[in-house]
Amino acid sequence: MAVIEAKNLSKVFGKNTKQTLKLMDKGLTKDEILKQTGNTVGVNRANFSVEEGEIFVIMGLSGSGKSTLVRLLNRLIEPTEGSILIEGQDLAQMDKKALRKVRREKLSMVFQQFALFPHRTILENAEFGLEVQNVPKEEREKKAKEALQMVGLGEYIHQKPGQLSGGMQQRVGLARALANDPKVLLMDEAFSALDPLIRKEMQDELIDLQSSMKKTIIFITHDLDEALRLGDHIALMKDGVVVQIGTPEEILVNPANDYVEKFVEDVDRSKILTAEHIMKRPETVNIEKHGPRVALERMREEGISSILVIDGKRNLKGYITAEDASHARKNESTNLIDILQTDIPKVKKETTMHDIFTIIHDSPTPVAVVEDDKLVGIVVRGAVIAALAGDGEVNL
Amino acid sequence: MLNNTLDFIPEIPIAEATEAASDWLKSTFSFVFNPIKEHFGNLMEFVAEDILMNIPPVIFIILVALLAFFVTGKKLGLAAFSIVGLVLIYNQGHWDDLMNTVTLVLLASLLSVIIGVPVGILMSKSKIANMIFTPVLDFMQTMPAFVYLIPAVAFFGIGMVPGVFASLIFATPPTVRFTNLGIRQVSKDLVEASDAFGSTGAQKLFKVELPMAKATIMAGINQTVMLALSMVVIASMIGAPGLGSQVLSSLQRAQVGTGFVAGLGIVILAIIIDRITQNMNRKKD
Repeated sequence: MAVIEAKNLSKVFGKNTKQTLKLMDKGLTKDEILKQTGNTVGVNRANFSVEEGEIFVIMGLSGSGKSTLVRLLNRLIEPTEGSILIEGQDLAQMDKKALRKVRREKLSMVFQQFALFPHRTILENAEFGLEVQNVPKEEREKKAKEALQMVGLGEYIHQKPGQLSGGMQQRVGLARALANDPKVLLMDEAFSALDPLIRKEMQDELIDLQSSMKKTIIFITHDLDEALRLGDHIALMKDGVVVQIGTPEEILVNPANDYVEKFVEDVDRSKILTAEHIMKRPETVNIEKHGPRVALERMREEGISSILVIDGKRNLKGYITAEDASHARKNESTNLIDILQTDIPKVKKETTMHDIFTIIHDSPTPVAVVEDDKLVGIVVRGAVIAALAGDGEVNL
Repeated sequence: MLNNTLDFIPEIPIAEATEAASDWLKSTFSFVFNPIKEHFGNLMEFVAEDILMNIPPVIFIILVALLAFFVTGKKLGLAAFSIVGLVLIYNQGHWDDLMNTVTLVLLASLLSVIIGVPVGILMSKSKIANMIFTPVLDFMQTMPAFVYLIPAVAFFGIGMVPGVFASLIFATPPTVRFTNLGIRQVSKDLVEASDAFGSTGAQKLFKVELPMAKATIMAGINQTVMLALSMVVIASMIGAPGLGSQVLSSLQRAQVGTGFVAGLGIVILAIIIDRITQNMNRKKD
């Protein structure tokens, strides 16, 4: 079941918002509406659902409405229309008390500029969410310390936030959000204020945390690389409209429109596409059934100079070259074991092209893609280069 | 012809109306004003004469010096100044006047803060309150302070109590304004963070907004104390005892010397109070 669902969620800033909603229905753009009514469309009928335990990235350039959208999800900004279903309950219809309860128990937020309370120590900052729930001092201290430990800040708990670096401050922000054990983490450009190295480190740690804690995370960013790294699904926004929702691959490979295409144009594809995307069905011979004659025949048919060897269970054994095979045939040998070479490079389906690149560069043979020792595909040089150029055929 | 055009409008009896209103207030609410006058007057007398004047001046001076020493972060300057200044006032025979003035300033400031901070909070939270109180504050600050003496006397007679009343009106606005400003200036991020974690309005106010606005509010309180001090001479015109009344009587008798000495006492007190309250506001880290 979806943990968070947005239905028709809209926000218009200004007066007479009903009229503006009608114009939005007519399909007018944000600019046209601003000219006609003076109202700013923050979010225009966003629909999406976030499954339990996934990282859902909302991406867009500044002014695309992504920060407004995330604030609609916990009603820091009141929606003009539409609903926000948190585990089936509509947040938009809740009274203040019920809303507070959801904010305390189910939703936590991490802010771009950290938004730590400068007059409180690190520990007191991490305790804040529990403190407002009136959790007894001892218990909240314990939980806050655990959360700080989790983000690697066990030692600094009695300092003030001002004494920490940006990266460490955001760890505190994360710990504060994790301390009340929420269902959903809302992260508003959480890593954008950090320098690139620290940012990457934090991204890795977030992925680790995510896989161990199984939180549902909604992550806002303007950085496509970050979106692709983190997201299980990505929603791309422009002018308040969600333009496309999909997995990182879907967005990269099948951009919904020119805007998305432009957006993804400059992406380093080698870090996104994996062996699975560019592998081909391999030509093989079975070591238990075939001899050099069959192997040579297949190589000739396909016009290749070496062929992969498997056993009856599709376990990869190695490869043989055409040269060795024709020697063996001249010597009237009937089995392949004598000429089998085993120094073939193997990669997994998830290996990125970036990594394959170095492997294939040093290897005379194609690279085998294996899963539990079973051969599932083969990557040849041509496919790598074509995919990098952005016009290769890619399997999805 | 044109010169007399405006004479067609009969004179609007603002003065008469104000007088009538004041009389009405006085007679209708005398049951409020009289007990205030009596009890508050007793309280002030008690503070000034039974407490402050009973403390041996030496002890008082040492206490002030110690306070100055610790508030300034263990520096000697202000402490030394306090000792010299206060001893000088004692030496000139103005100790009792000083105690009366201190009582007036402290009580007026305390009341200003008690009234001003909540009003400032209200203004920061409510647009309507902001709209209502802003012109009231402007009025309070720009109306010449002498004018307040008239209703003060009408309601509370003469003495220390009307002095405090007049000081209160004159000195409260900075606390209100700075409290309002301080809370409005709390970064939007922090307010959002506080909301996002499910704070109630009161939790937000006490855990985030007031601590963050503290420096600004303290600056306002400092201003309030200084304004209250500046009222002591004016308040002496309606019989408030203290250094101010010495200045006033010197003025009436054209005694430059005594006037200067009493005035100097006020300056010394002002510097000590100002530096102490300012340093209380200094960030400790």
